[in-house]
Amino acid sequence: MPAQVRVLRRRIRSVQATKKITRAMELISASRIVKAQGRVNEARPYADELTRALTAAASKATVDHPLTTEHASAKRAIMIVVTSDRGLAGAYSSTAIREGEGLAGLLRSEGKDVVPFLVGRKGVSFYRFRGREIGGEWTGFSDNPRYADAREIADAAVERFLAPTEEGGVDEVHIVFTEFVNMGTQQAVARRILPLVVEETTEAPEQALPLYEFEPSAERVLDALLPKYVVSRVFDALLQSAASEHAARRRAMKAATDNAEELVKAYTREANAARQAAITQEISEIVGGANALADATAAK
Amino acid sequence: MALYVELVSPERSVWSGEASRVITRTIEGDIGILPGHTPLLAVLANGLVRIVAEGGPEVRAVVLGGFLSVADDRVSILAEWSQPADEVDVASAEAELRQAEQAGDADAASRARALLAAASGA
Repeated sequence: MPAQVRVLRRRIRSVQATKKITRAMELISASRIVKAQGRVNEARPYADELTRALTAAASKATVDHPLTTEHASAKRAIMIVVTSDRGLAGAYSSTAIREGEGLAGLLRSEGKDVVPFLVGRKGVSFYRFRGREIGGEWTGFSDNPRYADAREIADAAVERFLAPTEEGGVDEVHIVFTEFVNMGTQQAVARRILPLVVEETTEAPEQALPLYEFEPSAERVLDALLPKYVVSRVFDALLQSAASEHAARRRAMKAATDNAEELVKAYTREANAARQAAITQEISEIVGGANALADATAAK
Repeated sequence: MALYVELVSPERSVWSGEASRVITRTIEGDIGILPGHTPLLAVLANGLVRIVAEGGPEVRAVVLGGFLSVADDRVSILAEWSQPADEVDVASAEAELRQAEQAGDADAASRARALLAAASGA
């Protein structure tokens, strides 16, 4: 076998091996999207019920809770950026980071310092590489976040929010995550989670809220609910990001598999041509040799 | 007339179904919910929720960081963390309690105590 054909065959084998890996990763991600989506849906009853209770409590209590109070001159803001721990997910992390950069620019133009809270190794390494200050970091759960993870992040943010500005307290908390719209569409979005805006709808709701009794009191109930609501918002962001991460990875790996297929096709063509050329050359060499021999005998 | 009870945590819906009675404890004291109860929002203490189904078995679950809402015979129990009482791992809860007491973490200690109390009552 001539050298050129051997080289091409080796390359085909290596591309095929890579294709098997990317194909496997594609399938794994596809099955995980479904699971992650299920978790988003399972978290929904809790969040809905919490929102309903919160609305009821807020309409009764005089809403003057520190978590809902707007600061007139905000000096500092936390920006939580949700990225992935691992790569090979296309532009997933960089899109979220870019959205974060946009938000940070906006906050700075309003005269606020930005304290980044980073979730996921990709975001951490982006900030660390640029030598930027990091307010907090959480890694190791981006593809399967637990409620406890969300609570840790939310508690840290709430603590900074409640601290006075002179002691490093912040006046706003924003979160940047990738919204899972559907299988095909995921979108990096920025939302403000603190100060909370308790929806006090002016238009009449479909059903009037029942006249709740509160135990111990509307204020205490609100006190207990608001921090949970913050955690639930963070948890929802983490879950949606996880689903988006798997979707992005599936898409990236599908593209890689398709590319590998194309490459194998192109290399196979090239290898066949090279083999043909080699055979043709061999034949013409044999024919040439035989002719030379025949000519030599005829001349004798 | 029966109650429709939902016990949900952020990670999953733990239990839902019809029941005739719900017995639990708020931070003010024990409370029992029967059909026709007035609308109520209450903060729950860490501890046991008992859901008594009509003629059926009693559902017992530990609820930590919980919250109760009742309206129109729908009872929603929201919990940051919840587990059926008979699935509580007593050994690990005891270890947690010791650890929390040593660290002086009152919150974690109360959680571990609630777990143990629920497990022993089950």
